[in-house]
Amino acid sequence: MDTFIEVDRVEKVFEVRRKTGFMRRERRQVRAVDSISFTVARGEMVGYIGPNGAGKSTTIKMLTGILTPSAGRLRVAGIDPSRERTRLARRIGVVFGQRTTLWWDLPLIDSYRLAHRMYRIPDARYRENLDRCVELLELGELLDVPVRQLSLGQRMRGDIAAALLHDPEVLYLDEPTIGLDVVSKAKVRGFLKELNAGSGTTVLLTTHDLQDIEQLCSRVMVIDHGRLMYDGALAGLHEAGEGERTLVVDLERELPPIEAPSCRVVRVAGPRQWLAFPAGQSAAPLVAHIAAEYPLVDLSVREPDIEAVIAKMYAEKAVS
Amino acid sequence: MGEYKPLAEGLRAYRLIAGMWVRSTLTYRVSFAMTALGGLVVTGLDFVTIMLMFSRVDELGGYSLPEVAFLYGLSATSFGLADLAIGSADRLGRRVRDGTLDTLLVRPAPVLAQVAADRFALRRIGRIAQGSLVLGYALIASDIAWTPVKALMVPGMLVCGGVIFSAVFVAGAAFQFVAQDASEVQHAFTYGGQTLLQYPPTVFGKELVRGVTFMFPLAFVNWVPAAYVLGRPYPLVGLPQWGAFAPPLVAAVCCAAAGLAWRAGLRSYRSTGS
Amino acid sequence: MGAGRLYAAVATGGFRRYATYRAATAAGVFTNTVFGLILVYTYLALWEENPHLGGYDQAQAVTFVWLGQALYATLAIQGGGFETEFMERIRTGEVAIDLYRPADLQVWWLANDLGRALFQLLGRGVIPFTFGALVFPTALPDEVGTWLAFLVSVALAMIVSFGIRYLVALTGFWLMDGTGALQALMVTGIFCSGMTLPLNAFPGTLGEVVRALPWAAQVQVPADVLMGTADPLPSFLFQAAWAVVLLAVGRLVQSAAARRVVVQGG
Repeated sequence: MDTFIEVDRVEKVFEVRRKTGFMRRERRQVRAVDSISFTVARGEMVGYIGPNGAGKSTTIKMLTGILTPSAGRLRVAGIDPSRERTRLARRIGVVFGQRTTLWWDLPLIDSYRLAHRMYRIPDARYRENLDRCVELLELGELLDVPVRQLSLGQRMRGDIAAALLHDPEVLYLDEPTIGLDVVSKAKVRGFLKELNAGSGTTVLLTTHDLQDIEQLCSRVMVIDHGRLMYDGALAGLHEAGEGERTLVVDLERELPPIEAPSCRVVRVAGPRQWLAFPAGQSAAPLVAHIAAEYPLVDLSVREPDIEAVIAKMYAEKAVS
Repeated sequence: MGEYKPLAEGLRAYRLIAGMWVRSTLTYRVSFAMTALGGLVVTGLDFVTIMLMFSRVDELGGYSLPEVAFLYGLSATSFGLADLAIGSADRLGRRVRDGTLDTLLVRPAPVLAQVAADRFALRRIGRIAQGSLVLGYALIASDIAWTPVKALMVPGMLVCGGVIFSAVFVAGAAFQFVAQDASEVQHAFTYGGQTLLQYPPTVFGKELVRGVTFMFPLAFVNWVPAAYVLGRPYPLVGLPQWGAFAPPLVAAVCCAAAGLAWRAGLRSYRSTGS
Repeated sequence: MGAGRLYAAVATGGFRRYATYRAATAAGVFTNTVFGLILVYTYLALWEENPHLGGYDQAQAVTFVWLGQALYATLAIQGGGFETEFMERIRTGEVAIDLYRPADLQVWWLANDLGRALFQLLGRGVIPFTFGALVFPTALPDEVGTWLAFLVSVALAMIVSFGIRYLVALTGFWLMDGTGALQALMVTGIFCSGMTLPLNAFPGTLGEVVRALPWAAQVQVPADVLMGTADPLPSFLFQAAWAVVLLAVGRLVQSAAARRVVVQGG
């Protein structure tokens, strides 16, 4: 296994100051990242999930050299990001969901031209990558538009292209689908899948949208309160967290709680019933059973709340 | 991989980014010309004030109008050069506050170069032009006893002055890592300093002159060397004769100090985040 | 009266909001003190040469400096008041929402700005002024009546200042980029209000013209009222006249702007 990213007992401690009285201030230490260790091989596509404030962004910032770790050892392609930031920067691509790496007031193409020179991309390679990104991300008509006039989805696609022009060995995406509409999300996910499969670019994706993970990553790491709660296959996550999906069923009329295999009724409100069933399972047989046995008007499936899955895991870890 | 030279990298990145902004500005030629001209008029009002003062008096602090114009021209042009080169560093506080500084840290270029070139504003040339005009007037209208040394000192003062003001800008930016809302404090030193230097040192109290000469050495932008060129004594005891030739040394020291401040500020940011 | 309470709340809101910018206010106090110092020394030298310049003696000139610094942020002489926010709302088009609200746009922003102005007078203006008065010889009056008249004059100055900036902000409806207008405002503000040199010291026709402009109502007039170098009543009339004119023109331009927004689809 060709290890590309090495994170060894890395910690990041912040000092937070809070006013507790008129003149008094309290200093508290917040462990944003609390002794995390993992490795990522070249070419892997890894999901990095957790609730807000779990430490995902902090980890990414340390991997990209924005923040210096308080303790531990961090190596990307053998380079220490906090010591050799610029040397590493040439080989990585970063997409921030909530901020853009593009120049705000200038047309999109100007940001790319600048990247071309700044990253010292060979002319032919730049042309090739630009054409390919423009085609796959549908940027053709947007190249002359100032970045500030782009919609969120368009800007995100522009950001992704900017991150890839220089053929980075790893692509970090920090909440890339946040705030995007369904169509844009699908486009972005499709593109990332192709990128990883085709170019073998290592991808590290932080998100707190479980859908992103399910569609893209075979391996997922769960972080909560700065600790790594889980590191393995996605399927295992649902088992580990005893995740449940919810089937919301609308019947013709009020009926006693539905009985069906491997599900339990959580709540009944008039003709509507909420049924919980294990997340790893397909909903199809359950739906078929209910449709056959009960007067069904409508139904919908609710995905497991990531916070609930993780909270459960955390509670379990605390207990065990 | 080759040896990594931070200074060369920084200059290259600065050239690339500033170049992009310049090209972008020049696509709207007329608008640019008007803004630059506007800037010239705007900053020129400072000197109009001085002219109005001299319409009512003949001397200020013992200096005649051409002599004050000499000081003004040096101060304004040096400041203008620094403002053009690195004035954008002012916006660092804003970037820290809205988290966009991080986007600079993921690029393969030194942060200071990127910050300095950020929104490079070619229109700032207006101030340089205005300062140069006043300086030109001063050179013509004053009766300086010119020597080759003195003649060389004039461009020397502009360069060193520009470097000293640039160091103040950088130090101010470094301060914004720590106190983003207090960027106005920086203005007290940059704009305040420039305003201070427009007037003769003889106007100000001894403590202030001492502070500006020895502690926060803005006086070496124009006051000290200009006193020599104008053939006037410097109103401070304790400044050696060769002080008038010290600007390059002072500029170098200021650069070093500003560099240290910047590095400390950036290190603190990378340790505590935003 | 509901409207009264609404605008009072807006003003309080403006006051409170600026009160939270502690670091910025402290920085502002520092800056004003520094600039005050620079100007004081310059004026002392100037009045050495010409002891009765502009009809002032040295002490009065010094008072003028510190008054200017005290009022600098309050009257947003170089900008920094409501107008940046207002212009931003115009630029993004959000102002269309404001136009449909039941509150009057101009009065709303006036209340907002007065709240800010009051805070900056107390939080930022008082300290440099006190510092100056303690360290340098000033010509402050003894009679309470004069101080009261001065406060009235400052209040009128706040309204005049608002009127000017409101018109500048409204140009945002027609101009693409507001920075040019703002820059012009900054320059005229500093120069024509007398902050760099008292308007009374301006020579000849230029002096007469600049003393008749609305900017004169900002620093020059309150200074003269405070130091007793002008009668309060004519001063109030001058300020009030400009306030009325600026506000009236503001309303006219505002309706033209509102029509423009509607026509363009907001």
